[in-house]
Amino acid sequence: MSTYHSRAAGRLMVAPSVILLFLWMIVPLGLTIYFSFLHYNLLMPGTETWTGFLNYQYFLTDPAFFTAIVNTLVIVVGVLIITIVGGVLLALLLDQPMFGQGILRILVISPFFVMPTVSALIWKNMFMNPVSGLLAFLQKSMGFQPHDWLAATPLLAIIIIVAWQWLPFATLILLTALQSLDEEQREAAEMDGAGPVSRFIYIVMPHLGRAVTVVILIQTIFLLSVFAEILVTTNGGPGTDSTNLAYLVYAQALLQYDVGGASAGGVVAVILANIVAIFLMRMIGRTLEA
Amino acid sequence: MARRVTRTRKWAVTIVAWVIGILIFFPILWTILTSFKTEGEAVAMPPSLLFFDWTLENYREVQQRSNYFMHFLNSVTISLGSTAIGLVIAIPAAWAMAFQPTKRTKDLLMWMLSTKMMPAVGVLVPIYLIFRDTGLLDSRLGLTIILTLIDLPIIIWMLYTYFKEIPGEILEAARMDGATLVAEIVHVLTPMAIPGIASTLLLNVILAWNEAFWTLNLTAAQAAPLTAFIASYSSPEGLFYAKLSAASTMAIAPILILGWFSQKQLVRGLTFGAVK
Repeated sequence: MSTYHSRAAGRLMVAPSVILLFLWMIVPLGLTIYFSFLHYNLLMPGTETWTGFLNYQYFLTDPAFFTAIVNTLVIVVGVLIITIVGGVLLALLLDQPMFGQGILRILVISPFFVMPTVSALIWKNMFMNPVSGLLAFLQKSMGFQPHDWLAATPLLAIIIIVAWQWLPFATLILLTALQSLDEEQREAAEMDGAGPVSRFIYIVMPHLGRAVTVVILIQTIFLLSVFAEILVTTNGGPGTDSTNLAYLVYAQALLQYDVGGASAGGVVAVILANIVAIFLMRMIGRTLEA
Repeated sequence: MARRVTRTRKWAVTIVAWVIGILIFFPILWTILTSFKTEGEAVAMPPSLLFFDWTLENYREVQQRSNYFMHFLNSVTISLGSTAIGLVIAIPAAWAMAFQPTKRTKDLLMWMLSTKMMPAVGVLVPIYLIFRDTGLLDSRLGLTIILTLIDLPIIIWMLYTYFKEIPGEILEAARMDGATLVAEIVHVLTPMAIPGIASTLLLNVILAWNEAFWTLNLTAAQAAPLTAFIASYSSPEGLFYAKLSAASTMAIAPILILGWFSQKQLVRGLTFGAVK
């Protein structure tokens, strides 16, 4: 009797969350899919007509779309390489005995807490500006021609900004994983005569493998939809040189008022993210069993 | 001998690590310093690191020209509001799933997580239109609702992993002693659950404070929190580095300090318990 009661109570306690998340997931997504089959422009209300897959055809054959997909992947891969390699090295360094470790840790993780619009504008103006930026000053004082980051290499500039924000995240997670490494195991390997290199390859690397996978998957989810950094630095330009999928959908919807086309782009973005999400969910699901 | 080697080594590691650490932190440090310079000094070449006339002028001017305080309050309202509502909805759910798991609990948790994987642009258009038609565009209420929804899965997950660590035997013992459900919750569970709830609150305030997709797309002059307000500095208007720095310093300072206290929870919350 009491178990029946508590089970009913349990359902009642879970219900609000489930209902809210269900509505949040189903209603807008359903509308996006529906809109993606319409000819629907905000400037011409009331003229919506069913067009089948025409939006997809336009969107997918638009040269900007191909550029956006490539840029999206370049941003994801570029930032991942910098943050994973840098994160592993930094985590290994911070794991060593040293003075002032606690304060140093705080300094290193700080960029993660800086809001995206602030970090993008700081980098854009005070560092990457070809006239009054610090990087230009460094280049000039070394006798080089200052580099116009956002005009000449906008994608690289965005990758640097985003990598600066995510490096602390990767470092912190890898450091946490490193610190949970069994000290006895490391010592045993040392006693058996394993050098630092083989200890790293056979003991540390396998242990970090899991954390690296988690970092890659979570960052990919976020990096697929980098938006604010692009909006406040390059506006996707010059041309479409730094437009990613998220920015393209935004531009289509809120700058060109093409609801149908933007929705088709949104559906493509959802499909892309789901491919990554499936792998991530499997990883997390495994930890639930343990 | 061996001891001296490790000592030298410790010093070497310290120096290398601090140089790298300060380099990583440098953009933040530079912003804070620039906020105390005059606009002229902010763009001066060569730049001065510490030896300039320190001034608070920028802070005053940012407030005067753009009503900074209103945007600050918007950030506070939206991040605290969405976290509080999220906790009220999530605590019962996480509690039930942690202490009365059914066969479907695991699937339910995974499904909740999957809603977090949906990219925001996938639903930007309908949300924008719904907001436009219901008058929620550029309102704090609308933004609070959205942030509650996007953070709800993380809140539930974090609470679930914390509640899971409370030993169920304690509940049984309390029940055997004749404690009622209310007594059980008030005297046994709450004290043990509070640290987990506090951590969840902290992390979610940070995430909501820095959220910059919905805040940029759904607000204008009225409800814009600091993320969107700072974005208005992207169109250059003469000399403005020092003012940008002052506005930025005020926007990131509170969350930077909160963030330093939440390192551990950050790992757990952002990896959904996969790394602890």
